[in-house]
Amino acid sequence: MSGRPSAWRLLTQNGVVAFGLALLGVMVLIVLLAPVLPLLDPNVTDVAHRLKPPLYPGHWLGTDQVGRDILSRLIWGTRLSLVVGLTAALVAAAIGSAIGLSSAFYGGLADTLLMRGIDMLMAFPYLLLALAIVAALGPGLFNAMMAIIVVNIPFFARGVRGGTLSVVNADFMAAARLSGLSDWQIIATELFPNVLPGIVIGVSTTVGWMILETAGLSFLGLGAQPPQADLGGMLGEGRNLIQVAPHVATIPGIVILLLAVGINLVGDGLRDVLDPKLKSGGLARTHARTAAASSEARRAGLQPAGDAARQPLAVRGLHTQFTVGRNVYKAVGGVSFTVKPGEAVGLVGESGSGKTVTALSIAGLVATPPGKITRGEILHHGEDLVDVPMQRLQAVRGGTIAYVFQDPLTTLNPLIPVGEQVAETIRRHQNLPRAEAWRKAVALLESVRLPDAANRARSYPHEFSGGQRQRIGIAMALANNPEVIVADEPTTALDVTTQAQVLALLNDLRRERNAALVFISHDVGVIAELCDTVHVMYGGKVVESGPVAAVLQTPAHPYTQRLLACVPVLGNPERKIEPIPGLPPATNALPEGCAFAPRCHLAEARCSAAEIELAPVSADHFARCVRVAA
Amino acid sequence: MSGMVLTTRDVVREFGGGRKWFGTPRPHVRAVDGVSLDVARGRTLGIVGESGCGKSTMARMMVGLLLPTSGTIEIDGASVADLARTDRRTLHRKVQMVFQDPLGSLNPRKTVQQILEAPLKALHGMGRAARRDRVAELMSLVSLRAEFAERYPHEFSGGQSQRIGIARALAANPEVIVLDEPVSALDVSVQAQVLMLLADLQARLGLTYVFISHDLAVVETISDEVAVMYFGKVVERGPRARIFADPQHEYTKLLLASIPGARRAGPPG
Amino acid sequence: MLNSYILRRLLLIVPVLFGVTVIVFLVISLVPGDPAKAILGTFATPDAVAQVRHDLGLDESLPVQYGIWLVNLLQGDFGRSYILHKPVIVEIGARLFPTLLLAGVALVLSSVVGILLGIIAAVRQNSWPDKVITVAVLVGISTPSFWLGILLIFWFGVRLAWLPVGGMQEMFGGGGVLDVARHMVLPACALAAVAGAVLVRLTRGAMLEVMRQDYVRTARAKGLPERRVIFVHAFRNALVGIIPVIGLEAGFVLGGAVYIETVFQWPGIGRMLVSAISTRDILLVQGGVLVIAVAYVIINLLADIAQSLLDPRIRAA
Repeated sequence: MSGRPSAWRLLTQNGVVAFGLALLGVMVLIVLLAPVLPLLDPNVTDVAHRLKPPLYPGHWLGTDQVGRDILSRLIWGTRLSLVVGLTAALVAAAIGSAIGLSSAFYGGLADTLLMRGIDMLMAFPYLLLALAIVAALGPGLFNAMMAIIVVNIPFFARGVRGGTLSVVNADFMAAARLSGLSDWQIIATELFPNVLPGIVIGVSTTVGWMILETAGLSFLGLGAQPPQADLGGMLGEGRNLIQVAPHVATIPGIVILLLAVGINLVGDGLRDVLDPKLKSGGLARTHARTAAASSEARRAGLQPAGDAARQPLAVRGLHTQFTVGRNVYKAVGGVSFTVKPGEAVGLVGESGSGKTVTALSIAGLVATPPGKITRGEILHHGEDLVDVPMQRLQAVRGGTIAYVFQDPLTTLNPLIPVGEQVAETIRRHQNLPRAEAWRKAVALLESVRLPDAANRARSYPHEFSGGQRQRIGIAMALANNPEVIVADEPTTALDVTTQAQVLALLNDLRRERNAALVFISHDVGVIAELCDTVHVMYGGKVVESGPVAAVLQTPAHPYTQRLLACVPVLGNPERKIEPIPGLPPATNALPEGCAFAPRCHLAEARCSAAEIELAPVSADHFARCVRVAA
Repeated sequence: MSGMVLTTRDVVREFGGGRKWFGTPRPHVRAVDGVSLDVARGRTLGIVGESGCGKSTMARMMVGLLLPTSGTIEIDGASVADLARTDRRTLHRKVQMVFQDPLGSLNPRKTVQQILEAPLKALHGMGRAARRDRVAELMSLVSLRAEFAERYPHEFSGGQSQRIGIARALAANPEVIVLDEPVSALDVSVQAQVLMLLADLQARLGLTYVFISHDLAVVETISDEVAVMYFGKVVERGPRARIFADPQHEYTKLLLASIPGARRAGPPG
Repeated sequence: MLNSYILRRLLLIVPVLFGVTVIVFLVISLVPGDPAKAILGTFATPDAVAQVRHDLGLDESLPVQYGIWLVNLLQGDFGRSYILHKPVIVEIGARLFPTLLLAGVALVLSSVVGILLGIIAAVRQNSWPDKVITVAVLVGISTPSFWLGILLIFWFGVRLAWLPVGGMQEMFGGGGVLDVARHMVLPACALAAVAGAVLVRLTRGAMLEVMRQDYVRTARAKGLPERRVIFVHAFRNALVGIIPVIGLEAGFVLGGAVYIETVFQWPGIGRMLVSAISTRDILLVQGGVLVIAVAYVIINLLADIAQSLLDPRIRAA
């Protein structure tokens, strides 16, 4: 397909990498041209002109201790270093990869034995192992290269084995087996192409090391033997002249440095291109709160808050977007809703509808970069949380507005006992001494019915089941008697029976404490059971909202109608399921007007003509559809 | 029973065991503990249960990706385990599988064409031209545009990927397809599309399904027979209507009572 | 539970040490031709060769040779250096401490500075300190440490004449602690530079990765101040990945000591190894490599234990 930029283009787009490529390119070119360049013989001595400084006539970079031309020796030496480094890297990669690949693919005893052997080799500081090998075989460039290869094989074997293991258990490997492919076909067409990028990354990030290592052995006099010299050998010869003729040692050092810089830059660039984890701008540090446009820009066109300013939570005209490269994803495009004291509000929608981003925007928890609140405000008793001072926001977070997140395994810190994670939030907001906070934490864990709470509080998250972890998450959210609990798909990762228990618990406790609930889910059934009010989201907007009973019994928006029609309902298997054709829209390419129009059986021309406002279906039931507005 | 295409008898599968480097023996885990099931030709057996109940292990044994520790699985009277050891190609012409993770089951470095051609070539020895025609046919069978065949998996949405996964299974022209949570990773509107597609394919091609899911409503919609699994055992099985209307086992009752909105009347539709 | 992990880890060291001795033994048996001749040189008398062959047990089969060698090793008998005319163990004993001291100081220096700079670079990503650090890291990992050593000698020893450049002969003679410290500044810096650069890069990446994790968002959602989020929640988790790399860096520093000791004439094992290789003093090489490898194994053991103290999941595994 034409849309995908080639690896080469991605590589050269990055300025720093392009610099590395250019640097390396020039050096490789010079080195390749060495035989035809008008260079002096690198080995001809001329003691009369020894140790001449750079720019000496006839010797641009001067001469060494026996009057040999440094420029010529440098170019030939670089050539030698590059050849040796590359050869070593490729051979070590080939052997190491073969070991790692077969070890991981076949597993069992062969794997155990090979990997134990690798462990033994890696028990040596690798330069020392190389020295021992050179000591046994005797000094010389070839032996040095062999030594470098041997000590680098374990790194490749281990790395490739790890990469292979992650692929071996992939479903597509099973699918290939089911497709009737033989072991060899699977290795060649399924496994290897998926492991190869890892090997390329490995080579490109270690060539630099290998060049430094061989140079090091030559420096010690164990590699290239005189009169032949690689860069390390030249450095070694110049070492003792550092006081009288510093250039003899300095110049080859600079060349090694440039060579390694070029290789490392290109290697990093290759890694970024090939490693999908690092694609799309790499890792960016997430900030303490979501970035926001200026308050004037955000509030432009907003109606006065009126009654909403007195509520625990009022989201007004919220727009949150993500900028990734040249794409702008308008995840939330104008969401408004109010949460009254003690009320349970549901946000329901499919993935990409913007429900989670809306929830995270409330306390500024959308990751920045790339997220940004561009318009709208989040009122908490009239106070706009988007631009309150950081300290005030931190007092609200976990204090008056608390969160329960989706995946209970990843949302608890794996290194901290769960009791401490609860106590920590109590200490933060209630200023209690440690012992007191701990007692309260244990009491909270008891209240979420964690068995043996007093002892289990000292356990770590991995020692609990998914349901128990989510109970701990709930205890953490309740710790400071919040006014509003924002629960983002809190039971999606749980089994149904556990889900039922956790939901019942969450509901009981929040009623006991009269906390309002903002509940985000893709599951209409859960919303129906838990919430008073529901907002149905699609393409970053609320398309329908109202009391749960009204919206689910008499849906007014075609999307809501069809969403309900395509969910199988227990106890009613004969009901015909009617799928919605097409796919939800991508938020970086939302259609004009109603985002659902392209999939809607009732769509008309005016649906896509202009922005459609929420219109009343009844007093408290609204839908964003031209047919309602009419 | 003669109408049965797939039968399992007392199937047990254990994981782990053996000893660690030093000392303590590792615990055995009985993922599947004596499961006996029958699947009638052209019908759908739904297997429902929560995570860790052994349903996915069961699925992998049914297609020969895992071998049972004891017990037998037979397809058309032949042992799946024996075929898996001696004649994988025959086995996989009879039984195929659709996986849970739509994208994860497609090799990211192969085009859809290459993915769909593999079983045609390896299992049916089809020539180049025949393969091209058959791929086009498969694509239309799962309602994907023919030109998509030149694309790579990452260019597809979850629902589209799952259609490709289904097309790959169909390419083998199997009698039985084991579907392991095929719609769990999909959004509801897309999930409905895939469920309808599966029903349509079954009607057209006379396929037999083993449909594995944690979602009771989905299983109820698609199955003829239902088996409920709990801790490696089938605690209850029977015709769909009976299981859902009149559950006998306590666990089945608990499962049904746990469905959110179960007390809610269905919307008009 | 804690103790059982450490116990298991300690037991595991036995096969590793065993493997290390096997490899050292095998590598030396790679010596082409007759090791005895190789040891004694071309002009050795047949009697001397026979004596050495017997000393080395070369008249036995390879496994028996290994057994004899291992038993001797366990009794502290590393053989005799035929060049220095003294037991290998004596020579190593005199040189072990300087090497461990130099490598230890370099390791601590590189770890502390590397981690600190890494945190700064991550927390202030894309600021000018981050950019400066990133460039410095690139230069750091691309610089041969022996060349850096030469440059340091040239600038700080010769041009500025601030610090002694070498000639550290006797660790405990005369100058005392201060003298040793003065002699150690340059070599320790040269040795720490590359290892430090690797750690900066690793720490920066690990911090950025960890800061994206859900539990960091949870920590923020609880209203914790950012400082606590970074140091208690993020950094601790990053450290779990950093500690084993510090263990690996120990190998880098111990190996790099060979260059640095040569450049700065430091009286350690590294320099001993280089001259032993050039004089073909095989037993001395064997002993030196073995001792350093054991030190490395022990450091990695400590790193693993430290990691397990930090991460309860490892203790449970």
